[in-house]
Amino acid sequence: MSDPVNSIADWLRMILSSWGLSEGMITLILAVLGVVVLATFVLIVDILLVWIERKMVARFQDRIGPNRVGPFGIIQPIADVIKLLIKEDIMPMGADKFIFNLSPIIALATVLLLWAVVPFAPTVIGADINVAVLYVVAIGSIGTLGIIMAGWASNNKYALLGAFRTVAQMIAYEVPMIIALLIPVLLARSMGMQTIVAAQSPWYIFVIPLAAVILFISSIAELGRTPFDISEAESEIVAGFHIEYTGMKFGLFYAGELLHALTVSALIATLFLGGWRGPFVDQVPILGPVYLFIKAFLVYYLIMWVRYSFPRVRIDQMLGFNWKFLTPLALFLLIVVAILDKAMTDVNTVWYVLVMLGANLLIVWGTMLILRRYARTERVRIAEERPVAVPPETEMKELVGQE
Amino acid sequence: MPDDWIFIGIFLLLAPVFPAAAILIPRLIAPRKPNALKSETYECGIETHGETWVQFKAQYYIFALVFLIFDIEIVFLYPWAVAFDNLPMFAVLEGVLFILILVAGLLYTWRKGVLEWV
Repeated sequence: MSDPVNSIADWLRMILSSWGLSEGMITLILAVLGVVVLATFVLIVDILLVWIERKMVARFQDRIGPNRVGPFGIIQPIADVIKLLIKEDIMPMGADKFIFNLSPIIALATVLLLWAVVPFAPTVIGADINVAVLYVVAIGSIGTLGIIMAGWASNNKYALLGAFRTVAQMIAYEVPMIIALLIPVLLARSMGMQTIVAAQSPWYIFVIPLAAVILFISSIAELGRTPFDISEAESEIVAGFHIEYTGMKFGLFYAGELLHALTVSALIATLFLGGWRGPFVDQVPILGPVYLFIKAFLVYYLIMWVRYSFPRVRIDQMLGFNWKFLTPLALFLLIVVAILDKAMTDVNTVWYVLVMLGANLLIVWGTMLILRRYARTERVRIAEERPVAVPPETEMKELVGQE
Repeated sequence: MPDDWIFIGIFLLLAPVFPAAAILIPRLIAPRKPNALKSETYECGIETHGETWVQFKAQYYIFALVFLIFDIEIVFLYPWAVAFDNLPMFAVLEGVLFILILVAGLLYTWRKGVLEWV
Protein backbone atom coordinates (compact mmCIF):
# COMPACT_ATOMS: atom_id res chain seq x y z
CA MET A 1 0.00 0.00 0.00
CA SER A 2 1.82 3.07 -1.19
CA ASP A 3 1.61 6.20 0.86
CA PRO A 4 -0.80 8.99 -0.05
CA VAL A 5 1.84 11.63 -0.84
CA ASN A 6 3.54 9.57 -3.51
CA SER A 7 0.21 8.34 -4.88
CA ILE A 8 -0.96 11.90 -5.37
CA ALA A 9 2.38 12.80 -6.93
CA ASP A 10 2.12 9.90 -9.40
CA TRP A 11 -1.46 10.77 -10.25
CA LEU A 12 -0.52 14.40 -10.90
CA ARG A 13 2.43 13.28 -12.98
CA MET A 14 0.06 11.17 -15.08
CA ILE A 15 -2.35 14.05 -15.58
CA LEU A 16 0.38 16.53 -16.44
CA SER A 17 2.02 14.19 -18.93
CA SER A 18 -1.33 13.54 -20.55
CA TRP A 19 -1.54 17.30 -21.14
CA GLY A 20 1.66 16.98 -23.14
CA LEU A 21 4.18 18.66 -20.84
CA SER A 22 7.80 17.55 -20.94
CA GLU A 23 9.47 15.52 -18.20
CA GLY A 24 11.50 18.46 -16.91
CA MET A 25 8.48 20.71 -16.69
CA ILE A 26 6.53 18.07 -14.80
CA THR A 27 9.36 17.65 -12.29
CA LEU A 28 9.52 21.40 -11.84
CA ILE A 29 5.78 21.78 -11.28
CA LEU A 30 5.68 18.89 -8.82
CA ALA A 31 8.69 20.34 -6.96
CA VAL A 32 7.02 23.75 -6.65
CA LEU A 33 3.84 22.07 -5.41
CA GLY A 34 5.81 20.00 -2.93
CA VAL A 35 7.65 23.06 -1.62
CA VAL A 36 4.43 25.04 -1.17
CA VAL A 37 2.69 22.16 0.63
CA LEU A 38 5.66 21.50 2.90
CA ALA A 39 6.23 25.18 3.78
CA THR A 40 2.52 25.75 4.47
CA PHE A 41 2.34 22.66 6.66
CA VAL A 42 5.41 23.75 8.60
CA LEU A 43 4.06 27.27 9.11
CA ILE A 44 0.73 25.92 10.38
CA VAL A 45 2.62 23.71 12.84
CA ASP A 46 4.52 26.86 13.84
CA ILE A 47 1.26 28.60 14.76
CA LEU A 48 0.26 25.60 16.86
CA LEU A 49 3.68 25.70 18.45
CA VAL A 50 3.14 29.24 19.76
CA TRP A 51 0.03 27.99 21.55
CA ILE A 52 1.81 24.95 22.96
CA GLU A 53 4.71 27.07 24.15
CA ARG A 54 2.50 29.57 25.94
CA LYS A 55 0.37 26.93 27.60
CA MET A 56 3.43 24.94 28.70
CA VAL A 57 5.28 27.96 30.08
CA ALA A 58 2.14 28.85 31.98
CA ARG A 59 1.84 25.38 33.47
CA PHE A 60 5.50 25.37 34.45
CA GLN A 61 4.94 28.69 36.19
CA ASP A 62 1.82 27.44 37.98
CA ARG A 63 -0.69 29.45 36.00
CA ILE A 64 -3.09 28.67 33.16
CA GLY A 65 -2.01 30.59 30.09
CA PRO A 66 -4.29 31.92 27.37
CA ASN A 67 -7.77 30.48 27.78
CA ARG A 68 -10.11 33.25 26.64
CA VAL A 69 -9.74 33.47 22.91
CA GLY A 70 -11.12 30.09 21.94
CA PRO A 71 -11.54 26.69 23.53
CA PHE A 72 -8.41 26.43 25.68
CA GLY A 73 -7.07 29.56 24.02
CA ILE A 74 -6.30 27.72 20.80
CA ILE A 75 -7.15 30.75 18.63
CA GLN A 76 -4.75 32.96 20.63
CA PRO A 77 -1.82 32.59 18.17
CA ILE A 78 -4.04 33.52 15.26
CA ALA A 79 -5.16 36.61 17.15
CA ASP A 80 -1.49 37.37 17.79
CA VAL A 81 -0.66 37.06 14.11
CA ILE A 82 -3.48 39.43 13.16
CA LYS A 83 -2.35 41.88 15.82
CA LEU A 84 1.25 41.79 14.60
CA LEU A 85 0.15 42.28 11.01
CA ILE A 86 -1.73 45.48 11.74
CA LYS A 87 0.95 47.01 13.96
CA GLU A 88 2.89 49.96 12.66
CA ASP A 89 6.25 49.15 11.17
CA ILE A 90 8.70 51.64 12.71
CA MET A 91 12.14 51.85 11.22
CA PRO A 92 14.73 53.62 13.37
CA MET A 93 16.51 56.68 12.03
CA GLY A 94 19.69 55.82 10.26
CA ALA A 95 18.96 52.14 9.95
CA ASP A 96 20.20 50.29 6.91
CA LYS A 97 16.83 49.79 5.21
CA PHE A 98 17.57 46.87 2.94
CA ILE A 99 19.38 44.74 5.49
CA PHE A 100 16.93 45.74 8.22
CA ASN A 101 14.15 44.23 6.14
CA LEU A 102 16.15 41.30 4.88
CA SER A 103 17.28 39.84 8.19
CA PRO A 104 13.94 38.50 9.49
CA ILE A 105 13.38 36.98 6.06
CA ILE A 106 16.70 35.17 6.28
CA ALA A 107 16.05 34.12 9.87
CA LEU A 108 12.77 32.41 8.98
CA ALA A 109 13.69 31.18 5.49
CA THR A 110 16.69 29.22 6.77
CA VAL A 111 14.51 27.44 9.29
CA LEU A 112 11.97 26.55 6.59
CA LEU A 113 14.77 25.23 4.40
CA LEU A 114 15.80 22.74 7.06
CA TRP A 115 12.51 20.89 6.67
CA ALA A 116 13.47 19.80 3.17
CA VAL A 117 15.59 16.99 4.55
CA VAL A 118 13.42 15.76 7.42
CA PRO A 119 12.17 12.25 6.60
CA PHE A 120 8.48 11.90 7.36
CA ALA A 121 7.95 8.30 6.24
CA PRO A 122 9.98 5.61 4.46
CA THR A 123 9.12 7.16 1.10
CA VAL A 124 8.12 10.70 2.01
CA ILE A 125 10.94 13.18 2.27
CA GLY A 126 11.39 16.56 0.66
CA ALA A 127 14.80 15.84 -0.81
CA ASP A 128 16.70 12.67 0.04
CA ILE A 129 20.12 14.11 -0.64
CA ASN A 130 23.10 12.07 0.46
CA VAL A 131 24.71 15.01 2.27
CA ALA A 132 21.70 15.94 4.36
CA VAL A 133 23.58 16.34 7.67
CA LEU A 134 26.08 18.72 6.09
CA TYR A 135 23.19 20.62 4.50
CA VAL A 136 21.60 21.02 7.95
CA VAL A 137 24.83 22.41 9.41
CA ALA A 138 25.31 24.79 6.48
CA ILE A 139 21.78 26.18 6.43
CA GLY A 140 21.76 26.51 10.20
CA SER A 141 24.82 28.71 9.98
CA ILE A 142 23.09 31.09 7.59
CA GLY A 143 20.56 31.75 10.34
CA THR A 144 23.39 33.11 12.46
CA LEU A 145 24.13 35.52 9.64
CA GLY A 146 20.56 36.82 9.87
CA ILE A 147 21.13 37.73 13.50
CA ILE A 148 24.27 39.76 12.93
CA MET A 149 22.49 41.52 10.06
CA ALA A 150 19.65 42.43 12.40
CA GLY A 151 21.99 43.80 15.03
CA TRP A 152 24.11 45.76 12.58
CA ALA A 153 21.31 47.31 10.58
CA SER A 154 19.38 48.53 13.61
CA ASN A 155 21.58 51.58 14.25
CA ASN A 156 21.47 50.76 17.96
CA LYS A 157 24.52 50.18 20.14
CA TYR A 158 22.80 47.60 22.28
CA ALA A 159 21.40 45.69 19.35
CA LEU A 160 24.90 45.50 17.96
CA LEU A 161 26.41 44.33 21.24
CA GLY A 162 23.64 41.78 21.59
CA ALA A 163 24.24 40.57 18.06
CA PHE A 164 27.99 40.22 18.68
CA ARG A 165 27.48 38.15 21.80
CA THR A 166 24.83 36.03 20.15
CA VAL A 167 27.03 35.26 17.19
CA ALA A 168 29.98 34.47 19.47
CA GLN A 169 27.75 32.03 21.35
CA MET A 170 26.32 30.47 18.20
CA ILE A 171 29.58 29.86 16.42
CA ALA A 172 31.10 28.54 19.63
CA TYR A 173 28.36 25.94 20.09
CA GLU A 174 28.48 24.87 16.46
CA VAL A 175 31.65 22.91 17.12
CA PRO A 176 30.26 20.35 19.59
CA MET A 177 27.07 20.29 17.54
CA ILE A 178 28.78 19.21 14.35
CA ILE A 179 30.88 16.69 16.24
CA ALA A 180 27.74 15.26 17.83
CA LEU A 181 26.16 15.15 14.37
CA LEU A 182 29.21 13.35 13.07
CA ILE A 183 28.80 10.40 15.43
CA PRO A 184 25.49 9.01 14.05
CA VAL A 185 26.88 9.66 10.56
CA LEU A 186 29.84 7.49 11.51
CA LEU A 187 27.64 4.70 12.81
CA ALA A 188 25.30 4.78 9.81
CA ARG A 189 28.12 5.28 7.27
CA SER A 190 26.11 7.92 5.45
CA MET A 191 25.03 11.52 5.75
CA GLY A 192 21.65 10.91 4.13
CA MET A 193 18.69 11.08 6.50
CA GLN A 194 16.77 8.09 5.20
CA THR A 195 19.89 5.94 5.41
CA ILE A 196 20.54 7.00 8.99
CA VAL A 197 16.94 6.24 9.98
CA ALA A 198 17.04 2.88 8.23
CA ALA A 199 20.31 1.94 9.95
CA GLN A 200 18.98 2.46 13.47
CA SER A 201 18.32 -1.13 14.41
CA PRO A 202 18.41 -0.20 18.02
CA TRP A 203 17.74 3.54 18.16
CA TYR A 204 21.00 5.42 18.43
CA ILE A 205 20.02 6.90 21.74
CA PHE A 206 20.58 3.46 23.27
CA VAL A 207 23.95 3.10 21.55
CA ILE A 208 25.50 6.56 21.91
CA PRO A 209 23.42 8.46 24.48
CA LEU A 210 26.24 10.87 25.28
CA ALA A 211 26.28 12.12 21.70
CA ALA A 212 22.53 12.78 21.99
CA VAL A 213 23.08 14.75 25.20
CA ILE A 214 25.90 16.79 23.62
CA LEU A 215 23.75 17.48 20.56
CA PHE A 216 20.82 18.45 22.79
CA ILE A 217 22.87 20.94 24.83
CA SER A 218 24.59 22.42 21.79
CA SER A 219 21.29 22.76 19.95
CA ILE A 220 19.72 24.64 22.83
CA ALA A 221 22.66 27.04 22.72
CA GLU A 222 22.43 27.28 18.93
CA LEU A 223 18.77 28.16 19.18
CA GLY A 224 19.52 30.94 21.60
CA ARG A 225 17.11 29.61 24.19
CA THR A 226 17.49 29.72 27.94
CA PRO A 227 19.70 28.92 29.70
CA PHE A 228 21.73 30.27 26.79
CA ASP A 229 19.51 33.15 25.78
CA ILE A 230 22.06 35.91 26.19
CA SER A 231 20.80 37.15 22.82
CA GLU A 232 17.37 37.94 24.14
CA ALA A 233 18.25 38.44 27.78
CA GLU A 234 14.92 40.05 28.44
CA SER A 235 16.05 41.67 31.60
CA GLU A 236 19.58 42.58 30.59
CA ILE A 237 19.88 44.27 27.23
CA VAL A 238 16.15 44.67 26.74
CA ALA A 239 15.67 42.55 23.66
CA GLY A 240 19.13 42.12 22.25
CA PHE A 241 19.53 42.15 18.52
CA HIS A 242 15.81 42.61 17.79
CA ILE A 243 15.22 45.73 19.92
CA GLU A 244 14.28 47.93 16.99
CA TYR A 245 11.97 45.48 15.27
CA THR A 246 8.23 46.02 15.49
CA GLY A 247 5.16 44.25 14.25
CA MET A 248 5.41 41.27 11.97
CA LYS A 249 9.20 41.47 11.58
CA PHE A 250 9.53 40.81 15.29
CA GLY A 251 6.88 38.14 14.92
CA LEU A 252 9.02 36.45 12.29
CA PHE A 253 12.00 36.35 14.64
CA TYR A 254 9.88 34.97 17.46
CA ALA A 255 8.05 32.40 15.35
CA GLY A 256 11.32 31.54 13.64
CA GLU A 257 12.93 30.77 16.97
CA LEU A 258 10.10 28.45 18.03
CA LEU A 259 10.07 26.75 14.65
CA HIS A 260 13.83 26.32 14.81
CA ALA A 261 13.37 24.61 18.17
CA LEU A 262 10.88 22.18 16.65
CA THR A 263 13.11 21.62 13.63
CA VAL A 264 16.04 20.79 15.84
CA SER A 265 13.80 18.47 17.87
CA ALA A 266 12.72 16.72 14.67
CA LEU A 267 16.37 16.33 13.66
CA ILE A 268 17.35 14.90 17.04
CA ALA A 269 14.37 12.56 16.79
CA THR A 270 15.50 11.49 13.32
CA LEU A 271 19.13 10.96 14.19
CA PHE A 272 18.81 9.43 17.62
CA LEU A 273 15.25 8.34 18.28
CA GLY A 274 14.68 6.47 15.04
CA GLY A 275 12.68 9.10 13.14
CA TRP A 276 9.65 7.53 11.56
CA ARG A 277 10.42 4.06 12.86
CA GLY A 278 7.84 2.39 15.00
CA PRO A 279 5.49 -0.58 15.03
CA PHE A 280 3.57 -1.24 11.78
CA VAL A 281 5.10 1.66 9.91
CA ASP A 282 5.96 -0.50 6.91
CA GLN A 283 2.41 -1.63 6.37
CA VAL A 284 0.76 1.68 7.20
CA PRO A 285 3.11 4.43 5.98
CA ILE A 286 0.85 7.18 7.30
CA LEU A 287 2.02 6.26 10.80
CA GLY A 288 5.52 7.50 9.91
CA PRO A 289 4.90 11.22 10.40
CA VAL A 290 2.81 10.43 13.49
CA TYR A 291 5.74 8.68 15.16
CA LEU A 292 8.14 11.38 14.02
CA PHE A 293 6.03 14.16 15.48
CA ILE A 294 5.47 12.29 18.74
CA LYS A 295 9.24 11.94 19.15
CA ALA A 296 9.89 15.50 18.00
CA PHE A 297 7.41 16.89 20.49
CA LEU A 298 8.96 14.78 23.22
CA VAL A 299 12.35 16.39 22.55
CA TYR A 300 10.66 19.80 22.24
CA TYR A 301 9.06 19.24 25.63
CA LEU A 302 12.53 18.55 27.04
CA ILE A 303 13.81 21.78 25.50
CA MET A 304 10.93 23.70 27.06
CA TRP A 305 11.47 21.99 30.40
CA VAL A 306 15.12 23.01 30.41
CA ARG A 307 14.12 26.53 29.43
CA TYR A 308 11.74 27.04 32.32
CA SER A 309 13.94 25.41 34.93
CA PHE A 310 17.36 27.01 34.68
CA PRO A 311 18.60 30.56 35.17
CA ARG A 312 20.50 32.34 32.45
CA VAL A 313 24.16 31.49 31.97
CA ARG A 314 26.64 34.36 31.77
CA ILE A 315 28.45 34.80 28.48
CA ASP A 316 31.90 33.97 29.80
CA GLN A 317 30.57 30.94 31.67
CA MET A 318 28.78 29.87 28.51
CA LEU A 319 31.84 30.16 26.27
CA GLY A 320 34.08 28.55 28.89
CA PHE A 321 31.61 25.66 29.17
CA ASN A 322 31.79 25.17 25.43
CA TRP A 323 35.49 25.43 24.71
CA LYS A 324 36.78 23.83 27.90
CA PHE A 325 34.20 21.12 28.46
CA LEU A 326 31.86 20.28 25.57
CA THR A 327 34.37 20.41 22.73
CA PRO A 328 37.02 18.22 24.37
CA LEU A 329 34.30 15.85 25.58
CA ALA A 330 32.75 15.59 22.12
CA LEU A 331 36.14 15.01 20.48
CA PHE A 332 37.02 12.36 23.04
CA LEU A 333 33.69 10.65 22.48
CA LEU A 334 34.27 10.72 18.72
CA ILE A 335 37.66 9.07 19.12
CA VAL A 336 36.28 6.36 21.41
CA VAL A 337 33.28 5.63 19.18
CA ALA A 338 35.43 5.47 16.04
CA ILE A 339 37.96 3.08 17.54
CA LEU A 340 35.33 0.87 19.16
CA ASP A 341 33.24 0.74 16.00
CA LYS A 342 36.19 -0.38 13.92
CA ALA A 343 37.30 -2.89 16.54
CA MET A 344 33.83 -4.43 16.71
CA THR A 345 33.19 -4.80 12.98
CA ASP A 346 32.18 -8.45 13.13
CA VAL A 347 30.54 -8.54 16.53
CA ASN A 348 26.85 -9.27 16.72
CA THR A 349 24.46 -6.43 17.44
CA VAL A 350 23.64 -7.11 21.08
CA TRP A 351 27.28 -7.16 22.20
CA TYR A 352 28.00 -4.12 20.02
CA VAL A 353 25.22 -2.10 21.62
CA LEU A 354 26.23 -3.15 25.13
CA VAL A 355 29.88 -2.29 24.62
CA MET A 356 29.06 1.12 23.07
CA LEU A 357 26.57 1.91 25.79
CA GLY A 358 29.07 0.81 28.40
CA ALA A 359 31.77 3.03 26.89
CA ASN A 360 29.39 6.01 26.85
CA LEU A 361 28.40 5.50 30.47
CA LEU A 362 32.04 5.07 31.43
CA ILE A 363 32.91 8.38 29.79
CA VAL A 364 29.99 10.05 31.60
CA TRP A 365 31.14 8.62 34.92
CA GLY A 366 34.74 9.72 34.33
CA THR A 367 33.56 13.19 33.32
CA MET A 368 31.48 13.51 36.48
CA LEU A 369 34.52 12.50 38.58
CA ILE A 370 36.67 15.15 36.94
CA LEU A 371 33.91 17.74 37.27
CA ARG A 372 33.37 16.95 40.93
CA ARG A 373 37.06 17.31 41.69
CA TYR A 374 37.20 20.58 39.75
CA ALA A 375 34.11 21.88 41.54
CA ARG A 376 35.63 20.99 44.90
CA THR A 377 38.84 22.90 44.16
CA GLU A 378 36.82 25.85 42.86
CA ARG A 379 34.71 25.92 45.98
CA VAL A 380 37.80 25.82 48.20
CA ARG A 381 39.40 28.58 46.16
CA ILE A 382 36.33 30.80 46.31
CA ALA A 383 35.86 30.22 50.00
CA GLU A 384 39.37 31.45 50.70
CA GLU A 385 38.94 34.67 48.82
CA ARG A 386 35.66 35.76 50.33
CA PRO A 387 36.02 39.28 51.70
CA VAL A 388 35.47 39.71 55.42
CA ALA A 389 33.61 42.72 56.77
CA VAL A 390 35.75 43.03 59.91
CA PRO A 391 39.53 43.53 60.14
CA PRO A 392 41.43 40.26 60.28
CA GLU A 393 42.74 40.84 63.79
CA THR A 394 39.26 40.66 65.26
CA GLU A 395 38.86 37.65 67.45
CA MET A 396 35.89 35.38 67.16
CA LYS A 397 34.82 36.19 70.71
CA GLU A 398 34.47 39.86 69.87
CA LEU A 399 32.27 39.05 66.95
CA VAL A 400 30.00 36.92 69.06
CA GLY A 401 29.83 39.64 71.68
CA GLN A 402 31.38 37.97 74.67
CA GLU A 403 34.03 40.63 75.10
CA MET B 1 18.84 12.29 -7.08
CA PRO B 2 18.99 15.38 -9.33
CA ASP B 3 15.25 15.68 -8.57
CA ASP B 4 16.16 16.15 -4.93
CA TRP B 5 18.48 19.02 -5.71
CA ILE B 6 15.85 20.64 -7.92
CA PHE B 7 13.54 20.47 -4.92
CA ILE B 8 16.13 22.19 -2.77
CA GLY B 9 16.82 24.77 -5.45
CA ILE B 10 13.16 25.65 -5.71
CA PHE B 11 12.88 25.67 -1.94
CA LEU B 12 15.79 28.14 -1.83
CA LEU B 13 13.88 30.41 -4.18
CA LEU B 14 10.47 30.05 -2.55
CA ALA B 15 11.40 29.93 1.16
CA PRO B 16 12.04 33.70 1.39
CA VAL B 17 8.65 34.34 -0.24
CA PHE B 18 6.67 33.33 2.85
CA PRO B 19 8.36 35.70 5.32
CA ALA B 20 8.50 38.37 2.61
CA ALA B 21 4.73 38.08 2.23
CA ALA B 22 4.43 38.42 5.98
CA ILE B 23 6.36 41.68 5.78
CA LEU B 24 4.54 43.03 2.72
CA ILE B 25 1.04 42.49 4.09
CA PRO B 26 1.54 45.01 6.93
CA ARG B 27 2.74 47.45 4.29
CA LEU B 28 -0.80 47.33 2.90
CA ILE B 29 -2.91 47.30 6.03
CA ALA B 30 -0.83 48.75 8.84
CA PRO B 31 -0.79 52.47 9.63
CA ARG B 32 2.34 54.38 8.77
CA LYS B 33 2.80 57.66 10.59
CA PRO B 34 6.50 58.14 11.18
CA ASN B 35 7.51 61.06 13.34
CA ALA B 36 10.83 62.12 14.75
CA LEU B 37 10.16 60.85 18.24
CA LYS B 38 9.07 57.39 17.17
CA SER B 39 12.05 56.84 14.91
CA GLU B 40 14.59 57.59 17.60
CA THR B 41 17.01 54.88 18.51
CA TYR B 42 15.89 53.01 21.60
CA GLU B 43 18.02 53.32 24.69
CA CYS B 44 15.60 52.90 27.57
CA GLY B 45 14.36 56.46 27.27
CA ILE B 46 17.60 58.42 27.30
CA GLU B 47 19.24 60.01 24.29
CA THR B 48 22.05 58.22 22.56
CA HIS B 49 25.49 59.76 22.37
CA GLY B 50 28.27 59.05 19.96
CA GLU B 51 28.67 56.62 17.13
CA THR B 52 26.40 53.63 17.02
CA TRP B 53 28.87 51.27 15.47
CA VAL B 54 30.96 50.74 18.57
CA GLN B 55 34.44 49.32 18.49
CA PHE B 56 34.70 45.64 17.96
CA LYS B 57 36.21 43.71 20.85
CA ALA B 58 39.20 41.69 19.67
CA GLN B 59 38.17 38.65 21.70
CA TYR B 60 35.32 37.98 19.23
CA TYR B 61 37.84 37.63 16.45
CA ILE B 62 39.91 35.18 18.46
CA PHE B 63 36.89 33.00 19.19
CA ALA B 64 35.98 33.08 15.51
CA LEU B 65 39.50 31.90 14.63
CA VAL B 66 39.33 28.98 17.05
CA PHE B 67 35.88 28.11 15.72
CA LEU B 68 37.19 28.21 12.16
CA ILE B 69 39.94 25.74 12.90
CA PHE B 70 37.64 23.23 14.52
CA ASP B 71 34.93 23.68 11.92
CA ILE B 72 37.31 22.89 9.08
CA GLU B 73 38.66 19.93 11.03
CA ILE B 74 35.23 18.42 11.49
CA VAL B 75 34.28 19.06 7.88
CA PHE B 76 37.38 17.09 6.88
CA LEU B 77 36.25 14.29 9.15
CA TYR B 78 32.85 13.88 7.50
CA PRO B 79 34.18 11.98 4.44
CA TRP B 80 36.34 9.91 6.79
CA ALA B 81 33.20 8.92 8.70
CA VAL B 82 31.15 8.14 5.59
CA ALA B 83 33.90 5.93 4.13
CA PHE B 84 34.37 4.09 7.41
CA ASP B 85 33.57 0.66 6.01
CA ASN B 86 36.41 0.79 3.52
CA LEU B 87 38.99 1.94 6.03
CA PRO B 88 41.32 -0.48 7.78
CA MET B 89 42.02 0.10 11.47
CA PHE B 90 45.21 1.92 10.49
CA ALA B 91 43.22 4.60 8.67
CA VAL B 92 40.90 4.96 11.65
CA LEU B 93 43.90 5.51 13.91
CA GLU B 94 45.22 8.07 11.45
CA GLY B 95 41.98 9.99 11.70
CA VAL B 96 42.22 9.75 15.48
CA LEU B 97 45.76 11.14 15.28
CA PHE B 98 44.45 14.07 13.23
CA ILE B 99 41.88 14.78 15.91
CA LEU B 100 44.51 14.49 18.64
CA ILE B 101 46.79 17.01 16.93
CA LEU B 102 43.93 19.51 16.96
CA VAL B 103 43.06 18.65 20.55
CA ALA B 104 46.68 19.50 21.35
CA GLY B 105 46.10 22.84 19.64
CA LEU B 106 43.01 23.40 21.78
CA LEU B 107 44.98 22.63 24.94
CA TYR B 108 47.65 25.09 23.83
CA THR B 109 45.12 27.87 23.34
CA TRP B 110 43.56 26.99 26.69
CA ARG B 111 46.87 27.24 28.53
CA LYS B 112 47.79 30.46 26.75
CA GLY B 113 44.60 32.07 28.03
CA VAL B 114 43.12 32.60 24.59
CA LEU B 115 39.79 31.12 25.64
CA GLU B 116 39.14 33.67 28.38
CA TRP B 117 36.42 36.24 27.90
CA VAL B 118 38.07 39.34 29.23
